[in-house]
Amino acid sequence: MELYYYPAYQLHQRLVKKEIKAEEICRSVFNRVSQVEDKIKAFITLTYEQALAQAKKVDEKIARHEKISPLAGIPVAIKDNICTEGLKTTCASRILENFIPPYNATVINLLNQVDAIIIGKTNLDEFAMGSSTENSAFFTTANPWDLERVPGGSSGGSAAAVAAGETILALGSDTGGSIRQPAAFCGVLGLKPTYGLVSRFGLVAFASSLDQIGPFARNATDLAWLLNVISGHDPLDSTSRPEAPPDYTDFLVNNVRGLRVGVPREYMIEGIDVQVKQVINQALAKLTALGAVVEEVSLLHSKYALPTYYLIAPAEASSNLARYDGVRYGFRADNAVDMIDMFKKTRSQGFGEEVKRRIMLGTYALSAGYYDAYYLKALKVRTLIKQDFEKAFSTFDVLVSPVTPTPAFKIGEKTGDPLQMYMSDICTLAINLAGIPGLSIPAGFVNGLPVGMQLLGKPFSEGTLLQVAYTFEQNTGFHLKKPALKVVSGQEAGQASSLVPEDQ
Amino acid sequence: MVPEYETVIGLEVHVELKTNSKIFCNSTTAFGGEPNTHVCPVCLGLPGVLPVINKKALEYTIRTALALNCEIAGFSKFDRKNYYYPDMPKNYQISQYDLPIAPKGHLNIELDGNIRRIGITRVHLEEDTGKLVHPGTITTSPYSLVDYNRAGVPLMEIVSEPDLRSPEEAKAYLEKLKAIILYIGVSDCKMEEGSLRCDANVSVRVQGKEEYGTKTEIKNMNSFKSLQRALAYEVERQIEVLGNKGRIIQETRAWDESKGITLSMRSKEEAHDYRYFPEPDLVPLVIDRKWVEEIRASLPELPDERKTRYQRDYGLSAYDAARLSAEFEMADFFEACVKSYPQPKIVSNWINGDLSRLLNLHNINIVACPLTPQQLGALLKLIEKGTISGKIAKTVFEEMFNKGKDPEQIIQEKGLVQISDEDALVKIVDEIITQNQKVVADYRAGKDRALAFLVGQVMKATRGKANPELVNRLLKEKMQ
Repeated sequence: MELYYYPAYQLHQRLVKKEIKAEEICRSVFNRVSQVEDKIKAFITLTYEQALAQAKKVDEKIARHEKISPLAGIPVAIKDNICTEGLKTTCASRILENFIPPYNATVINLLNQVDAIIIGKTNLDEFAMGSSTENSAFFTTANPWDLERVPGGSSGGSAAAVAAGETILALGSDTGGSIRQPAAFCGVLGLKPTYGLVSRFGLVAFASSLDQIGPFARNATDLAWLLNVISGHDPLDSTSRPEAPPDYTDFLVNNVRGLRVGVPREYMIEGIDVQVKQVINQALAKLTALGAVVEEVSLLHSKYALPTYYLIAPAEASSNLARYDGVRYGFRADNAVDMIDMFKKTRSQGFGEEVKRRIMLGTYALSAGYYDAYYLKALKVRTLIKQDFEKAFSTFDVLVSPVTPTPAFKIGEKTGDPLQMYMSDICTLAINLAGIPGLSIPAGFVNGLPVGMQLLGKPFSEGTLLQVAYTFEQNTGFHLKKPALKVVSGQEAGQASSLVPEDQ
Repeated sequence: MVPEYETVIGLEVHVELKTNSKIFCNSTTAFGGEPNTHVCPVCLGLPGVLPVINKKALEYTIRTALALNCEIAGFSKFDRKNYYYPDMPKNYQISQYDLPIAPKGHLNIELDGNIRRIGITRVHLEEDTGKLVHPGTITTSPYSLVDYNRAGVPLMEIVSEPDLRSPEEAKAYLEKLKAIILYIGVSDCKMEEGSLRCDANVSVRVQGKEEYGTKTEIKNMNSFKSLQRALAYEVERQIEVLGNKGRIIQETRAWDESKGITLSMRSKEEAHDYRYFPEPDLVPLVIDRKWVEEIRASLPELPDERKTRYQRDYGLSAYDAARLSAEFEMADFFEACVKSYPQPKIVSNWINGDLSRLLNLHNINIVACPLTPQQLGALLKLIEKGTISGKIAKTVFEEMFNKGKDPEQIIQEKGLVQISDEDALVKIVDEIITQNQKVVADYRAGKDRALAFLVGQVMKATRGKANPELVNRLLKEKMQ
């Protein structure tokens, strides 16, 4: 197996044993990028030279017999809405196309502290608003399992890069499913941590009360390692939890005996593809066979999650995105006659359709005369949704559901109908509203496309979710499947029929 | 019959807190500086940054609220006030909407001997904005520049109830508020630097009516004087409109200092919809009661308390006590002086009289007063001992004020020691009596005014240095 498909924990062992060098890992990953990136298009920016320089420093440390951190020398791709000092952070938007932050997000500082190697910035839906990366102002990322399909979104670039071996690990952000849905579509693991577990400082805000940065990996162990690095209190983020998180590797135990698993009825009926449901039911059967106790549960207010989300998230977004006005940084439209005209032209030209749609939705929901009926009501329903989960978690250790109603859809399939696009996040939105952790893990395949299973837990129970994920992957192996990415020579753009999943 | 109108005014006062760093970041709050040098990613509102509340700003707000007899909310939160203006880096201001840190307080104002209690609706905390700079004038400048040095300076808003009944009361309220804030040391309250700003809501109603008239909001009043002038103008304008069977339009009006009028800025219809909603980047404030009590315990004696003490313990008049306690630096000066010369009434007379006159004349604040309270005390002791006369003392005092010298030194240098030597004075008295036989005759004939004339002549001859009491006695004895 090529180094770029190795798990991070194995790469670490080999680094420590001096079987390989960090530079080799880095080169392997960048070679892979050069092979497949023209088809996947996961990255907006690549940092080949800095990454190699950093990798060499790690090699020097090893040569000097210094102790290295678990993620030292491990390539990590960063979603391009997480600020990186001196490195363009575009949010896949024209309005920030040339924005270079003079500061790092806290998660970037944490990665630098442990000598992880940042290899580039990944594509996303503009300002993380979307479910397919089709809202990127620059290009659409392709799903490594089928290049005609979307990788999911908004963290589609990160998920695709991990799946295609263009990186070992990646960070994304999740406001309504933006880590879990692309993880499911691309057949990798993606975690939306509990709100407050990971600092949001330096994450370009979409909806502040819902946003969380989270990790992508190809196995539960790697995910735990990355979560260990990025979680914890940050004095720069008032909403980050003061308590220190546990060592998540302690939860990597092959055992779910006696675990109480609830299956929310509302997530297994309407609109869920029959084959997806089958995959989930098989996974549940597996968990039962492993000693878990699986029962049905009801989350009564689930059906209100979508309208609630699409009031609260756009309301916050309308305010968060107000700062992009062409005054201080980023894109400024030419030929404005006055200040207001400059604002209007800059924002009209700088933002894409979906971003503008949500700014308008949010502005409307907060306007005088509508606030009570929309925003305030949404806040109340949010509380009810949260209470549903609290009640469920008084009986169950974890809840299990599909991540998405269907496997990855085709590029262009839903772009004409925003509501259809929104529906693809129907299983993930409520989790952000409740602030609880959600983990998407590979659970099987439908027609050669990966299907994700969503594990939900009470606040700050990421350890339990990792334990279930670890046990499940130890006893199944879906996570080991890799997209073939065999490209027939002379193949025309968009034709990817020869891509077949292959066992590794 | 022309109806009598009653004026109704409420003030919204903004005060910049003198914390070292800004409200949500570590940038300095220092006034001035090259444009955009007192900034960082947070106060510039760059993408992805987050605010963290400055605890000192919170403490200062609570301190103020306690000094204004407000309740301190157990639960408070910040909200976003959304509107587009380039002096706001985020195009929203982090402020407080429905749950301010401190509701329901009051302060007392005194006007013409009448004390009135003015209600305070709320005290809340928010961030200040930057400012636009225009080369030349705003109308002719081809572009605007923005300076964010002030953006994010902690700003406290104090809203009064519509309890003020005249422009004079409004001015008295603002003066009292400023005095209290200076006493507790949370702001330097410099109107010229913008660390104290004031907007007013003004309406009039027919005397005796309960419901308020339609109000206008007056902005752009940059001094105490312009506050009073603007309000007086606006009240008159409204009465005139109503007198002509017109209607007051609810609007925001700007005071034009040079023209001496208020002008319409925007009507209610054009007012912003601020789309307030809870600030998701900050957690709600749960204010610890123990901390509040610690802050309360640390409050200094406030102007009203000092005034009462001066009346009660020193027997000063309400007027004198009020004048001395209006500024804490003046009150401190007074008390230091009383310490070195424990006759509060005499000290009060000197401070409220000669010292105030000279301070006003030279436009000097008591903080910059060239003479110390101890020097004034020393002067008063010299008067008491009879070393100099009260009249000479005025000259010495002026010299002390101008040169900052000790009174003894000035008396020495200028030879101003009072002549209390009887032998020395007897000679002069004899001379004056010889030279003024006619006046002496008048005196003996019972004309009292003749004595005053003769005393004056002795004083003239001694260039004011003779001890007046002694001169009186000697003259009377000689003319018996």
